[in-house]
Amino acid sequence: MNVMMQNWVAIGSLNDIPRRGARCVKNGGMTIAVFRTADDKIYALEDKCPHRNGPLSQGIVHDGCVTCPLHNWVISLETGKAQGADEGEAAMFPVRLDGDTVMLAIGMS
Amino acid sequence: MTRQKLVVIGNGMAPGRMLEHLFETAPDAYDVTIFNAEPRVNYDRIMLSPVLSGEKTFEDIVIHGDGWYVDHGVMLYKGHKIVGIDREAKTVLSEHGEVAAYDKLVIATGSAPFIIPVPGKDLPGVLTYRDLDDVDAMLLAAQSRGSAVVIGGGLLGLEAAAGLKEQGMDVTVIHLMPSLMERQLDPAAGYLLKRELESRGIKVVTKANTKQIVGDRRVEGVELEDGTVIPASLVVMAVGIRPNAALAQEAGLAVNRGIVVSDGMQTSDPDIYAVGECVEVDGKVYGLVAPLYQMADVAAGHLSGDSAKRFVDTSTATRLKVTGIDLYSAGDFAEGDDREEIVLRDANAGVYRRLVLKDNRIIGAVLYGDAADGPWFFDMLKKEMDVSGMRDTLIFGQAYQGGEPLDPTAAVAALPDDAEICGCNGICKGKIVNAITSKGLTSLDDVRAHTKASNSCGTCTGLVEQLMTLTLGDSYNPAAVQPMCKCTDLGHDDVRRLIRAKGLKSIPEVMQELEWKTSCGCAKCRPALNYYLVCDWPDEYADDYQSRFINERVHANIQKDGTYSVVPRMWGGVTSSAELRAIADVVDKFDIPTVKVTGGQRIDMLGIRKEDLPAVWADLGKAGFVSGQAYAKGLRTVKTCVGSDWCRFGTQDSTGLGIRIEKFMWGSWTPAKVKMAVSGCPRNCAEATCKDVGIICVDSGFEIHFAGAAGLDIKGTDVLGMVKTEDEALEHIVALVQMYREQGRYLERIYKWAKRIGHDEVRRQIMDDADKRKAYFGRFVFSQTFAQVDPWSERVSGKDKHEFRPMATLSLEAAE
Repeated sequence: MNVMMQNWVAIGSLNDIPRRGARCVKNGGMTIAVFRTADDKIYALEDKCPHRNGPLSQGIVHDGCVTCPLHNWVISLETGKAQGADEGEAAMFPVRLDGDTVMLAIGMS
Repeated sequence: MTRQKLVVIGNGMAPGRMLEHLFETAPDAYDVTIFNAEPRVNYDRIMLSPVLSGEKTFEDIVIHGDGWYVDHGVMLYKGHKIVGIDREAKTVLSEHGEVAAYDKLVIATGSAPFIIPVPGKDLPGVLTYRDLDDVDAMLLAAQSRGSAVVIGGGLLGLEAAAGLKEQGMDVTVIHLMPSLMERQLDPAAGYLLKRELESRGIKVVTKANTKQIVGDRRVEGVELEDGTVIPASLVVMAVGIRPNAALAQEAGLAVNRGIVVSDGMQTSDPDIYAVGECVEVDGKVYGLVAPLYQMADVAAGHLSGDSAKRFVDTSTATRLKVTGIDLYSAGDFAEGDDREEIVLRDANAGVYRRLVLKDNRIIGAVLYGDAADGPWFFDMLKKEMDVSGMRDTLIFGQAYQGGEPLDPTAAVAALPDDAEICGCNGICKGKIVNAITSKGLTSLDDVRAHTKASNSCGTCTGLVEQLMTLTLGDSYNPAAVQPMCKCTDLGHDDVRRLIRAKGLKSIPEVMQELEWKTSCGCAKCRPALNYYLVCDWPDEYADDYQSRFINERVHANIQKDGTYSVVPRMWGGVTSSAELRAIADVVDKFDIPTVKVTGGQRIDMLGIRKEDLPAVWADLGKAGFVSGQAYAKGLRTVKTCVGSDWCRFGTQDSTGLGIRIEKFMWGSWTPAKVKMAVSGCPRNCAEATCKDVGIICVDSGFEIHFAGAAGLDIKGTDVLGMVKTEDEALEHIVALVQMYREQGRYLERIYKWAKRIGHDEVRRQIMDDADKRKAYFGRFVFSQTFAQVDPWSERVSGKDKHEFRPMATLSLEAAE
C-alpha cells in the first residue's frame, strides 16, 4: 500500500444531507463536515472554523458559504477560506457524487 | 371660563384637521361632540387606494385613534347619522334619537359618490369608491378573482382599477372621455398613462358610454352604448362626487351645489359653519385635500376668535397614487392663442413633460415618468414667476439651472423658504426646517409628527428627507432605512409589510418577489425571514430549520467547545424534589460537567455532547420536563417571587400568575428573546422593572410594565397601565407581545421596538383600544395552537434525527 494515497469511501446517500445543511463524518479523532448547497453541490471541510475551532457543520449554509455558529465567520465551501476581512482557512477534502452516493476521499498515511 | 358646546356633524379629514387646530389654539374653549355616520374613527381617505392594493392596512391610515378623542375630551358618536337640525332650539337629532345642544355647529357631511342613472345601478355587486366599507366590499369581491369593470377613468377610478388588479382581478376601465384623467392630464400624458396601465394588464376603453348594467339577481356585466357587453362580477362607479347638502337644506340654510359659505366658512346662519367637500365657496366646490385643510384652518380660526382668516382659492397639484406610476399635474394646460408650450419627450425613458406658459409665466405643468421637479414648477406657477431668463433649460428641471447640474439636495437647498413641500397639508420648506432645528427632530417620523409634512399621501417623503439631510448634515442618514443585509436594499419593516401585502409564504417566494440579490440569502436575512413567515402565517408556513441558527435548530445552546447546554422549563421558577432528583440522575448518567442556576430561576446543564441530546431529553421528559427554550428568540422565563402564598408583604398570587403566563405563552417565537417577571408587591423582588414585560402586583390589581432592559443597555420599564384582574393582566400582556411579534424587527428587543414606534402608541393600542387588544390576543392564541409543541419530545420520538448522529464513522479498517 502506498503512502499518501487517496481512498474514496462511500459515506452515504446525498439525501442523508439536508439541502443548505451539513452532516458530520467521524474519522478517528477528526470530524469532517460534508455540506450540501441549495443546488445540490457537495463539499467537505474539516469541521473546525479557522477562527476558534467552531463546528462549521452547525452553521447556516448560504450560496457557496457557511457561517460559523460561534462568531459568524463566513467560510467559502469551495476554497475553505474565510471571506471578507477575516483570514484563515479550513482544511478541505475531495468529495464527489457517484450517482446518489457521496464519496469522500481520505488521505491515508 | 365656561366652555361652549361645539357639535360637529361628520368625522372626516376636514373636521379632524379643524379640531386639531382648535385644540392647539384654544384647547379649553369648547366641549366637543362629534356625530359620525361611519362607525369608526377619523382616517386618511386619500390612502384608501394603498389599502385596496394591500400595501397598507386600515390601522396604518388612522389619523386619530380612539385615544385621541379621549385625550381631548371629545364625545364621539360612531355610526350616528344626524337626521335633523333645529336652528331655533340649537339642537341636532341623530337617527338613534340622540339630541345634542350646540352653541356652535360645524357641518362636515362630505360628499356622496355620483351614481349614473342607468338601469341595473342598484344590482348587488355595483359599488362606489368612497369609504372603508367600499374598500372592504371590493376586497371581498376580489377574492373570487373574477372580472371587474371600473366606470370612470379619473384619479379615483384608476386607483381603484390598479388596486383591484393588484388583488388578482381581471380589470377593465371604461371612460366617457377620449383620454384618461382629462381634468388633470393632457392627451399625450393620458396616452402614456393608458399604455402603462395596459402593460399591467388593465384594459382601458375610452369614449365609452355606459348604457346599462346587466344581470339577473346580481351584476353580470356592463353594456356600452355601442352594444358591447363586458362581463363583470364587480362594477365600481367612480365618476365623480356631489356635495352632501341635504341636511343643511332641510334646516333652511342657503344651499346651491353645496352648502353656501363665506370665505370665513360661515353658513347663512352665523352659528353654523361648514367645511369640507359639502361646501361651496364663491361658486366652487372642492374635492382635493389641500383646499379642504385650508378650510379647516379657517374655520378653526373663526371658532377660536381669529376672524381674520380667509379661504383663498389656490391651484392644487395632483399626483396619482399608483405604485410605480409617477405623474404630476398642476394648473391649466389647455391650448390657446395667447399660450406657449415647452414639451420634452424621452420615449425610451418613458418621460413626458409639458409646461404651458402665458406671458413668460408658468400656468400649467404636466409631468409623467419623472415628476421630481413637480414642486419646483408648481412653486413658480403659484408665484407667477417670470421664467424668461431660464427658458432654454426650464423644461429639464431645476438641476439644470445655472450651468452645472445640481445634485438633488442642492436643488432642495435652492428652494425658497416659502416653497411648498407637502401639498396635502400645505407645509412649506421654512416651517419644516424650523421644526427640525428648534425641536431637535432627527427622524422622518418626528418631522411627520410635528409638522404633518409627508403625513398624508407621502409622495413628498423624498423631499422631506432631503431637507433633513440639508438641515442636519451627516447626523441624518437619508438611507435611515437600513437594509436587512447585503442581500437586499429593503429594510426589515418593508420586508414585513410586503410579506403580508403580497401574501408571500416561503423564503424562496420572498427572495423572488422582493428581488433578493443573492441566490439563497445569508446568515442574517434567512433567520429573520423564517421568523417573519412563522409569525405571519402560523398555520400555513412550514418552518425552515435550515434557516434557523443552530441553537433553535437543535433546541439547545451551543457552547464555545461545540458542546451544548440544556435548560428545562421550571414554570415560574418553582420546582420539586422529584424534578431535582431527575436532574441529578441525568447529570450523573451523562457525566454532565457543570450544573448552574440561571438568572431566570432555573437550572442549566452544560457540556453535553450533541449526540447525547436526544437521550438527555428523553430522561428529562420522563420526569415531566419540557424544553425551556433558553436558546430561542421566543418566550424565555417568567420570573416570580413567592407572593401572597408565603410572603408577609405579598398582595397577590404572583407565583401563580407567573406560572399561568408562562404556560400560556411558552413556545411562541418572537423577534428577540422575551423575559418576563411578576413581583407580588412594589418591593419588586422578582426584578420585574428591568424585564421586557413585568407585572407589579398591588392591592388593587396589577401594574403592567414593559420595555425594560438589563443587558447591553440598562433601562427601567415604563408603565403600560393598570388592570384589576389576572385575566385582564394576561390579555394585556399577550396582546402587547403579539403587537411586538407583528411589528418588531428580527433581533430587536421590546425596549428598542417600543422606543421606535413610541410608548404612547403601544399604550394607545393595548390599553385604550379594546378591539385592537382583543384582535392581537386572538391572533396570538391562534398562533399558539401551532407553536405549543414540545420540541424535545418531538426529537426524542425521532424528528430530525440526522441532526444528532454522524453521517458515517470511518475506521482505518473500513477505509482500506
